[in-house]
Amino acid sequence: MTPILEVDRLSLHYRTRFGGRIHAVDDVSFTLQKGEILGIAGESGCGKTTLVSGLMGLLIPPLHRTTGAVRIAGRDILGLTPDEARRTVLGREVSMIPQGALNSLNPTRKVKDLAADVIRSHDERADRSAIHDRLRERFTKIGLDADAVLDAYPVQLPAGTKQRVVIGISTLLNPKIVIADEPSSALDVSTQKAVIRLLFDLLDEGIVSSMIFITHELSLLRHVSSRIAVMYAGQIVELGTTEQVIFDGRQPYTRALMGSMLSAEPGQKARKPVAIEGAPPYLGQELHGCRFAPRCPVAKPDCAGRDQVLREVKNHWVRCHHAE
Amino acid sequence: MKLIRHLLRTPGFLVGATLLGLTLAIAFLPPLVMSLDAYQRVGLAYLPPTAEHWLGTDHLGIDMVALLVAGLRSSLYVGFLAGIIATTLGTLIGVYGGYKGGLIDDLLTACTNLFLVIPSLIVLILLSGSLQEGRSLTLIAVFIGCTTWTWTARAVRAQASSLRSRDHVALARINGYGTLGIVFLHILPYLLSYLFMVFILQTASGILSESVISMLGLGPYDSISLGNLLNQAIRNEALSDGAWWAFFPPMVLITVIAFALYVINTSMEGIFNPRLRK
Amino acid sequence: MPSDSLCFEANHLSRAFGHGRRRRLAVNDATFTIREREIVSLVGQSGCGKTVLAKMLLRLEKPTSGQLLFRGRPIDAAADPREHWRQVQAVFQDPYAAFNQFFSIRSQLKAAFHLFPQRPSEREMEERVDQALLAVNIRPPDIEGKYPFELSGGQMQRMLLARIFILRPQVLIADEPTSMVDACSRAGILEYLMKLKEELQMTIVFVTHDIGLAYYVSDRIFILHEGQIVEQGTPDAVTQSPTSPVTRQLLDDIPSLHREWIGRAPRA
Repeated sequence: MTPILEVDRLSLHYRTRFGGRIHAVDDVSFTLQKGEILGIAGESGCGKTTLVSGLMGLLIPPLHRTTGAVRIAGRDILGLTPDEARRTVLGREVSMIPQGALNSLNPTRKVKDLAADVIRSHDERADRSAIHDRLRERFTKIGLDADAVLDAYPVQLPAGTKQRVVIGISTLLNPKIVIADEPSSALDVSTQKAVIRLLFDLLDEGIVSSMIFITHELSLLRHVSSRIAVMYAGQIVELGTTEQVIFDGRQPYTRALMGSMLSAEPGQKARKPVAIEGAPPYLGQELHGCRFAPRCPVAKPDCAGRDQVLREVKNHWVRCHHAE
Repeated sequence: MKLIRHLLRTPGFLVGATLLGLTLAIAFLPPLVMSLDAYQRVGLAYLPPTAEHWLGTDHLGIDMVALLVAGLRSSLYVGFLAGIIATTLGTLIGVYGGYKGGLIDDLLTACTNLFLVIPSLIVLILLSGSLQEGRSLTLIAVFIGCTTWTWTARAVRAQASSLRSRDHVALARINGYGTLGIVFLHILPYLLSYLFMVFILQTASGILSESVISMLGLGPYDSISLGNLLNQAIRNEALSDGAWWAFFPPMVLITVIAFALYVINTSMEGIFNPRLRK
Repeated sequence: MPSDSLCFEANHLSRAFGHGRRRRLAVNDATFTIREREIVSLVGQSGCGKTVLAKMLLRLEKPTSGQLLFRGRPIDAAADPREHWRQVQAVFQDPYAAFNQFFSIRSQLKAAFHLFPQRPSEREMEERVDQALLAVNIRPPDIEGKYPFELSGGQMQRMLLARIFILRPQVLIADEPTSMVDACSRAGILEYLMKLKEELQMTIVFVTHDIGLAYYVSDRIFILHEGQIVEQGTPDAVTQSPTSPVTRQLLDDIPSLHREWIGRAPRA
């Protein structure tokens, strides 16, 4: 089966003011099948957000492609100008549910106008009543009181509804791929659960066909994604099924992430979480050897000098030459 | 730094800044290169433009260029002074009320609204009219400043009261800072870009207000302003004499300054506002 | 170990916002006690009133009705609130929002000395700031001349904690101190909180939406819903035999590694 999305040895960099380069995404490859949910995990600064810009075809300077390709249905979207990408990729092929989604709605306009803009940006001739019918149908489908919500200003809506509206608007054009970039951080657990339930409904209804779910909470991915890619310092360090990565992680960083998780299962006293000391390396320099070695609890003397490649261990991909 | 570079790439700002620079040049450069005396008669009344007197003479036979330069300076002075007064007064009242909240805020807001509904132009006219003697340029500026601070106060109050609930203000409070410290260190810095815009707008409206009352003949006795020139032109029948050079140039100058300041203000708003929202 | 003397005592405490028909009770008739050296968690969804309640304990919000005692005296007994803030301090959820973006971090840490009627000498202040930074594993030169936006979220959260190490209060109100940091830095922040508790024998009021986290850190848990305390008890009692449907919902909503969560299998 041909994948819906194919990321092929993608490297992206930012140009700095003084002519330097920050290699935010380095040699990332993965595929996304129709109907699949891929989880991407990693701490802030690991390159997830840059990767998302690449996946949407939005290479806006100072962000540039170093090498590699992002193909949607065979077409390399990184060859497009940001303007073309906005017109032909955003919203239709790929859509993002933004970070801090609650504040991403323009407060001075009614929900129906915000939503109508999205439709008009891709179909200038759509007439008013057709748009309205379409909005009503879609908003009803995602469990909103369409008439009341469409006529409201964003500030008049409760947080949970606003979150639904954001998701509803970002998926109006039935995008093939939805990227949820930490749609749930700083939400309380109940709201978070409702958001994820809604995303699942969108998949079931066939409104979207695949999803990429980006978060730093592995415990969330356990219930959401079928496969997980763990990112560290711009690279994928482990890629496998959710079961493999969470319960049988082979890369020391994955394990450290699991260890730092607070698995407070109410009812039994929790295991003490262990923080990962130190910080990821600065990506604006040439890096040699294993990038995690300075923070790695099981680093060996030969790690620092040896560049790591993704290789197959236990039926999945691991970037650590000691893993077995 | 980034903001300034952004500004320099905004066409509106460039147009506004160029026009403003041009008016400033007209106000301050000519006296350096030629001798201009706005009180010296150089010929007959309403002489049309010549090579020697580019814009002719007024009803007393004084060189129009000299009058314009002097008038422009006075207008700019009135505008800036009125702008400073209106911005400072409005900011102090707005920030204090917005931050304090409660009864003090209610009182200050009521006071502001009271002043807001009194039409300031009419008050200005009445004030100027009632003062027969000693209506100096500075006094006019003070009058204008004292009647236009109200909407600054309202706008600033809204901003300050939203800042009040921010975490850094809570932290400043539990650091033991009093109201004054919080207002000056933790609220005003966040409003600086906004206040700058307010100041520009207040300056523009100060210049316009002065022109209006001067044109009505209620302007300063002690100096020449653009509005005064218009008033003189009207009173001495420049219109019916076809002496366009007596009223057209001051009109253009007033329009250009006000336009330049408004354009600068709107272009800055586009750049500052995303930051304010954040 | 918690002692028997009371740190906070609240009787029918309420806080309303708005007037007339728009009047809404953010905290509604809360009655509770918090003992010295106890860690109490206020748990609930956003908008349940936990932050307003915490702000009342901090003397940043005034109750509309009811009584709030701090160590046996009304919380506003002292005319100068700084006396309260020398004993009761706070860390906030979003460290970027909690620091003023126009001043260097170091100068803002030093600003904490404002609380004392007699400020220590310049040298002593610098030294105490350095020590506090080291206590949260930050080398002082690393933040020299830096402004808030130049540090990472985890580092900034530790700056808020460093402030506590400088002030050494007896009570700490921690308002969601871990909800904005990465999962892997969260454990570190918790570790520093525990270190503070041990070193200073502190009473901690921990505000969170994550009942799992509350279970991990606290001696007692209060569950809040729509301004009311709907359940309070030890972590084991609250999590094992919850009496309120609100508590059951909160427990149910935590994504756990080993338990069914959303009622469907991850898609293949």
